[in-house]
Amino acid sequence: MMSGNLHGSKASGSRAIGILKDLVSRPSGMIGLSLVVCHVILAIISPLIVPFDYKLQNSALMLSQPSSMHWLGADHLGRDVFSRTLMGGREALLVTGVATPLAVVWGGFIGILFGLVGGRLDEVLMRVVDAFLSLPWILKMLVLIVTFGTGIEVLIPTLAFFYGIPVIRIARAATHDVIARDFVWAAKARGHGRISIIWRELLPNVLDTLMVEGAMRWSWMLLAFSSLSFLGFGVSPPTPDWGLMISDARGFMSFAPWGVIGPVIALSSLIIGINLTADALAKALGIDRAQKAPM
Amino acid sequence: MTTQPFISINGLSVGYTSRAGKIIQVLRNVSLEISRGESVGLVGESGSGKSTLALAAMGYFKRGLRPLCGDVHFDSVDMLALDRDELQAIRGGQLALIPQNSGQSLTPTMRIGQQLTEALRLHSNLESGQFSDRVVELLTQVRLPDPAKLVSRYPHELSGGQQQRVAIAMALAGEPDALLLDEPTTGLDVTTQAHILELLRDLARDRNMAMLYVSHDLGAISRVCDRVVVMYAGEVVLTGSARQVLLAPRHPYAHGLLNSIPRLDQTRMPIALDGRPPMPGEAITGCAFADRCALADNKCLTEAPEMVGLSTGELVRCFKSDMIDRMPVSSRQPSRLNRSDDKTDDTALGLRDVAISYAKDNWLQTFLSPADGGPPATVDNIRISINKGETLGLVGESGSGKSTILKAIAGLISPKRGHIMLHDQTPLTPRVEDRPAVNLRQIQMIFQNPDDSLNPRHTVAQILAQPLQLYFGLSGDALHQASVSMLERVRLGAHYLDRLPSQLSGGEKQRIAIARAFAAEPEIVLCDEVTSALDVSVQAAVLDLLDELKTQQGTTYIFVSHDLAVVKAISDRVAVLYQGRLCEIGPAEAVYTAPFHPYTDVLLGAVLEPDPDVAPKLIADDVVELSPPARGCPFQRRCSRKLGAICDSEMPPARQLRAGHVINCHIPADEL
Amino acid sequence: MLSLLFRRILLGLVTVCIVSLIIFAGVEILPGDACTQYLGEYQADDELLTQCRKDLDLNRPAFDRFAEWAGGAVTGDLGLAVDGKTKISTIVGDRLQNSLLLAFCAMSVGVPLALLLGVITGLWRDRLPDLIASTLAIFAMTIPEFVSATLLILVFSIWLGWLPGIVLTSASAPAAEFFPEILLPMIVLSLVMCAHIMRMVRSSVIEVMASDYVQMATLKGVPYWPTVFRHALPSALLPAINVVALTIAWLLGGVVVIEVVFNYPGLGRLMIDSISDRDLPVVQSIALIVASVYVCVNLAADLLTMLANPKLRTMYMRK
Repeated sequence: MMSGNLHGSKASGSRAIGILKDLVSRPSGMIGLSLVVCHVILAIISPLIVPFDYKLQNSALMLSQPSSMHWLGADHLGRDVFSRTLMGGREALLVTGVATPLAVVWGGFIGILFGLVGGRLDEVLMRVVDAFLSLPWILKMLVLIVTFGTGIEVLIPTLAFFYGIPVIRIARAATHDVIARDFVWAAKARGHGRISIIWRELLPNVLDTLMVEGAMRWSWMLLAFSSLSFLGFGVSPPTPDWGLMISDARGFMSFAPWGVIGPVIALSSLIIGINLTADALAKALGIDRAQKAPM
Repeated sequence: MTTQPFISINGLSVGYTSRAGKIIQVLRNVSLEISRGESVGLVGESGSGKSTLALAAMGYFKRGLRPLCGDVHFDSVDMLALDRDELQAIRGGQLALIPQNSGQSLTPTMRIGQQLTEALRLHSNLESGQFSDRVVELLTQVRLPDPAKLVSRYPHELSGGQQQRVAIAMALAGEPDALLLDEPTTGLDVTTQAHILELLRDLARDRNMAMLYVSHDLGAISRVCDRVVVMYAGEVVLTGSARQVLLAPRHPYAHGLLNSIPRLDQTRMPIALDGRPPMPGEAITGCAFADRCALADNKCLTEAPEMVGLSTGELVRCFKSDMIDRMPVSSRQPSRLNRSDDKTDDTALGLRDVAISYAKDNWLQTFLSPADGGPPATVDNIRISINKGETLGLVGESGSGKSTILKAIAGLISPKRGHIMLHDQTPLTPRVEDRPAVNLRQIQMIFQNPDDSLNPRHTVAQILAQPLQLYFGLSGDALHQASVSMLERVRLGAHYLDRLPSQLSGGEKQRIAIARAFAAEPEIVLCDEVTSALDVSVQAAVLDLLDELKTQQGTTYIFVSHDLAVVKAISDRVAVLYQGRLCEIGPAEAVYTAPFHPYTDVLLGAVLEPDPDVAPKLIADDVVELSPPARGCPFQRRCSRKLGAICDSEMPPARQLRAGHVINCHIPADEL
Repeated sequence: MLSLLFRRILLGLVTVCIVSLIIFAGVEILPGDACTQYLGEYQADDELLTQCRKDLDLNRPAFDRFAEWAGGAVTGDLGLAVDGKTKISTIVGDRLQNSLLLAFCAMSVGVPLALLLGVITGLWRDRLPDLIASTLAIFAMTIPEFVSATLLILVFSIWLGWLPGIVLTSASAPAAEFFPEILLPMIVLSLVMCAHIMRMVRSSVIEVMASDYVQMATLKGVPYWPTVFRHALPSALLPAINVVALTIAWLLGGVVVIEVVFNYPGLGRLMIDSISDRDLPVVQSIALIVASVYVCVNLAADLLTMLANPKLRTMYMRK
C-alpha cells in the first residue's frame, strides 16, 4: 500500500525515463545526445589520454604540419594541436555547465515570482528587464570582466547573471499561462496556500519550458564563452580553449590552417549537439518553440 | 425529389498511417446518398468520423488522411479522380461548406466585403462592377443588419452569430446546389442557434438545395433534416427518415443516445450509455457497439453486422434491430421528486443584494487607456436563498453572469456589494484566502472543462490526495483507502490511481473532478457547466452520478448551465439570469411552464427538442448584448412586451406568484 | 490613434531614461572612477590623476554629472574621452556611420532572402529544399560567428583569393571606399541573420497554412497561390516584423566579433578598444547610443505590427 506521495515520485521517475526514450527515438535527439555525451566524457578524461602535455612548447616544431606523431600538427608555440583540441572543451564546459543551471534557477525564480505578484511591481520590473536587454551583451560582460578579472570566479557569476535575465521573461510568460488554467483556480478554491500552489500546481508545469530553455541557454552561453575567449577576455593562456586557439591560429591560416580546423570542428560539433538535443527535447515534451535570436 | 442521387458516397474508407506504420481507419466502408433538395442529417459523437465524411464529400482530406478505398460522386462527377483545379472550380461553387467555427474560419486579415467578393469572383458570372451590390444583397439575405457598414469590418469585430451568417452568405455566393454544414451552430447561444437554423431551413426550401448537416445536436437535426444517418466508430449504423430515427430508432446505439438526452417534456432522468466508443485504431471484433449494448449476444461480439434494409425503409447495421422494443427502459425518477417532500426549511446559502464587478486591469493598462467612469456591474441585485439539500439551477446565455456568481461563492472573486451568507447567519468571508478551514471544506467547485481542471502532471492518486490531506490530514494507508473508496463512488476502478489525465477520456476526467470535490464531504457543490464539454451520451452518466451522490450525501447543488433541458432534469428550483440580473426564480416546474418572464419565454421558445414535430418559437431577435443597461430592466432592449419608459428607468419589482415563484417584471402577474 | 502613438513614444523614452540610468549607475558602481580605471595600469601619481579628474569634471556630484551627460546626449554632445581632449561625438559619429553601412548592406541581402526561403521551406516542408535550407540554417545559427567568419576567410580569401579577408580602410573614409572589403563581413552577417529569420518565418508559415481559415479558403475554391498570398502570408509574416527589428538592433551593437575578425571600423570595434583602453566615457556613450537604437527600432516594430494586424488596429482606432 503506497501513499499518494510515493505514487508521485514513481510517476515522475518513470516520466523522465519516458521522455528520455522519446528523445532518443528521434534521429536529431540521438545524434545530439551522443555528441554532447561524447564531449562531456572527453572533457573529463582528456588529461589522462592526451599524447602530449598541452603546455609543452617546442620551438623546433612551430607550425609544423600534421604528422604521425602530431596528428594535427603544432601551433605557433610548438604545442601539440591535437592534445590541445582534446582538452579545449574543459574550461568551457566547466564554466557553462555551472553557469547555466545558475542562470535558469535565478532567472526562473525571479520570473515566476513576478509572474505571480503581478500588478505594478511586475510592470516596473519588466521595463527594467527590457532596458537591460537593450544593451549589447558583450558590453555588459566585458565591463565586468575588465574590472574584476578573467578567472572562472568572475566568468561564472557574470555569465549566470546576464544569461538569466532572458529566462525571467520566459518564466514569467509560462507562469502567466499556467495560473490562468482552471486547475490552479480549483486549488485556490479548495483553500490551498500560495506556497502549496506554487510548488504543486505551478512548478511541475513550468519546469518543462524551463528545461528546454535551459538547454538552449547552455548553447548560447558556450557561444558567448568561446567568443569571449576569442577576443581575449575569456580564459588566460596557456589553458587550452577552442576560442582562444582559433584566435591564435587565425593569423597563420594562410599557410597553417590545421591549427584552426581542429578546434572549429570540436566547438561546432558540441554546440550543434546541444541544439539538436534541445530541439528533440522540446518535441518530446510537446513544447512549441518559436525560434528566437540569441541575446 | 429526383431519383438520381446528387451526392453519392460508396464504401468509402479513410485513414492515416501512424508513426508506428500501422494504418488507422477513421471511416470504415461508409455509404451515403443525398438527392437534390433533400436535407440529410449526420449524427455522431466524437470519434464517429462525421466531420471527416463531410469534408470527404468535397474530395478534401486533412493532412495525413487519405482515402483507402471507395468513391465519392457529386453530380455524377468522381471527386476523387479530379485534379486540384477541377476540384477548386466545384468547391465554393456548386458545392459549398459552412464550417464549424466561423470565427476561426474567416481570414482575420481580410475584410468581410473582400472575402465575399472573392467568392463571387471565383464562382459567379457577374461583372466586377456588380460585385459590391451583390455582396450587400447576400448579407441582407442572411438577415444581417446594416450590411453596407458590415462590408468594411474585419471578422473579429463581429459576434459569433454574425460570423456564422457571413459564412453562410459566402457559401451562397456561388449559388450552390448542395451545402455541407459541419456543426454550424456549436458554441452559439440558444437563441442565436434557433435563428440560424430557421434561416438555413428557409434557404434550403427556397433554393431546393441538397444539404448534409453534420452535428451531435439531435435537436438541431430534427429541425432541419428530412433524413437522418447515425454514425458510430467510423461506420454508418442507422439510416432512415427523421421521424423514424428520432422517434423510434431501430439501432441500440441510436436508441440509447436518444434516451440519454434530457428533454423538457419529460420528468424522468436521462439514461446513460455505459462505456465509451472505440478510439480510431483500436482493434474491433464483431459489432463496434456490442460491448456497450444491452441486447448483445455472442454473435454480436464475434461477427460484424452488415447494413440490412427493414420493411419500413430504414437501413440498420444490427442483428437485433427487431428486438429494440425489448430494450430495458428505465423509469427512474430523479431523486428530487422525493426530496421536495421532506425538504427542510434550513437555508444552506443566501445571497443578499450581491453585486460583482471584474477588477480593473493593472495600472499600465489604465495608463494606456483612459478610465471609463464606472460601467454597470457585471452582476447586480442578486437575492437568492438556497435550501439545504436542494439543487438550484442557474440558467442564462453568455454574459448572464452565472459563472461569475459561482466564482463569488467560491471566493475567487469578491462581490462589490452585498453579502453571501452561509446558513443564513454567518456571512462568508469574501476572499477564499481568508476563509477558515471549515468553510473551505463545505463549499467545493467543479469546473467546466475537464482537460483544464486537472493538473496534467498529477496522477489521479495525487489529485484525490489533495483534498483528503488538506481537510482530513490523511496519509499512508488511510489515504490510499479513502482514495480507492472515492473512485468506487464515482464508478471507477482502483487501477485508475496511477493514471495521468492525458490517459483518460473526457467523461472519466470529469468523474475524477467530481470525486475530488466529494472527497471533501462538502455541503455545497458548485457545478459550473460540468456537462457542457462532454459528449451527449457521457453527459447523462455524469448527471446520473451527481444525482446519486446527492441522494447519498444530501448535498446542496448550484448547477450552472446554458442547456435548459439539463437544468430542468436535475434541479429543484431554477433561476433565470440575463446580463447579470435575476429575471425569474422558482420551482423548476413552475419556471418552465407559463406564466413566464419575457426572457424566459424567449429562452424556452428557442430550445430545440429532438422531435421533428416540434418547432421552436422565435420571439426576440438574436442580438448579442455586450453589457447591461445602466438603469432599469436588463431586458429592455430586446423585450417584445416592453411597457415603455418605465422599463428603461426603473428596476422591475418582484412579482410573487405561487409558492416561491418570483418574476421580476413591470407587467403585473396576472397579465404575464 | 494619435494619443496611442504619443503614449508608446513616451514609453520608449521612459525606457531610454531607465537605460541611461542603468548605464550611468553601472559605471559609478565600479570600483574607482573613469580616471583611476584609465590610469590604473600605469604608475599613476597624484598629479596625473588630479589633472585627469579636472579635465573630465569628475569632482562634481554624480547627479550633476548625469544631468549634464544626459542633457548633452540629447543635443548630440557626448562629452570628452578620457584623454580629456577628443570629442566623443566625433569618434562615435564615424563609427556609427560605418556600422550603419554594414548593417544596411547585410540587411538588404539577408532579409529578403530570409523571407523568401522561409516561405519556400514553410510551404514545402520536409521536402528536399527544406531539408537542405534548414540544415544549413542550423549550422549558421549554432556555429559561432567568429568560426564561420574564419572559415569563410579561409575559403574565399586565402584559398580562392576572390575577396579581401580584412578591412584596411580607415574609420573616417567615405562609404564607397569600403567596397569590396565589406563584402565578406556582409556575407557572414547575412547568413547568420538569414538563418534566424528564415526559421521563424518557416514555423509561422507552417502554422498559418494549417489554420482553419486557410483550410476554409481552399474549401471555398480559392486556387493554391492566391490562398498563399492573400490568406496565409499576411498573417504569417506579421511576427517577422519583430524579428527583423531585433536583427537590426543586433546588427548595430552585437556584431563585435565580426568587426574584430575583419578589422572593420564600426561601433563594435570601438567598444572593444575603449574597454581595453579603459576609456569609460566612450563606453558609456556607445552603450547609450546602442540602447537608444534598440528602443527606437522596437518602437517602430510595435507600431508597424499594430498597423498591420487588423485586430490591434481596430481595437485602438475605434475606441
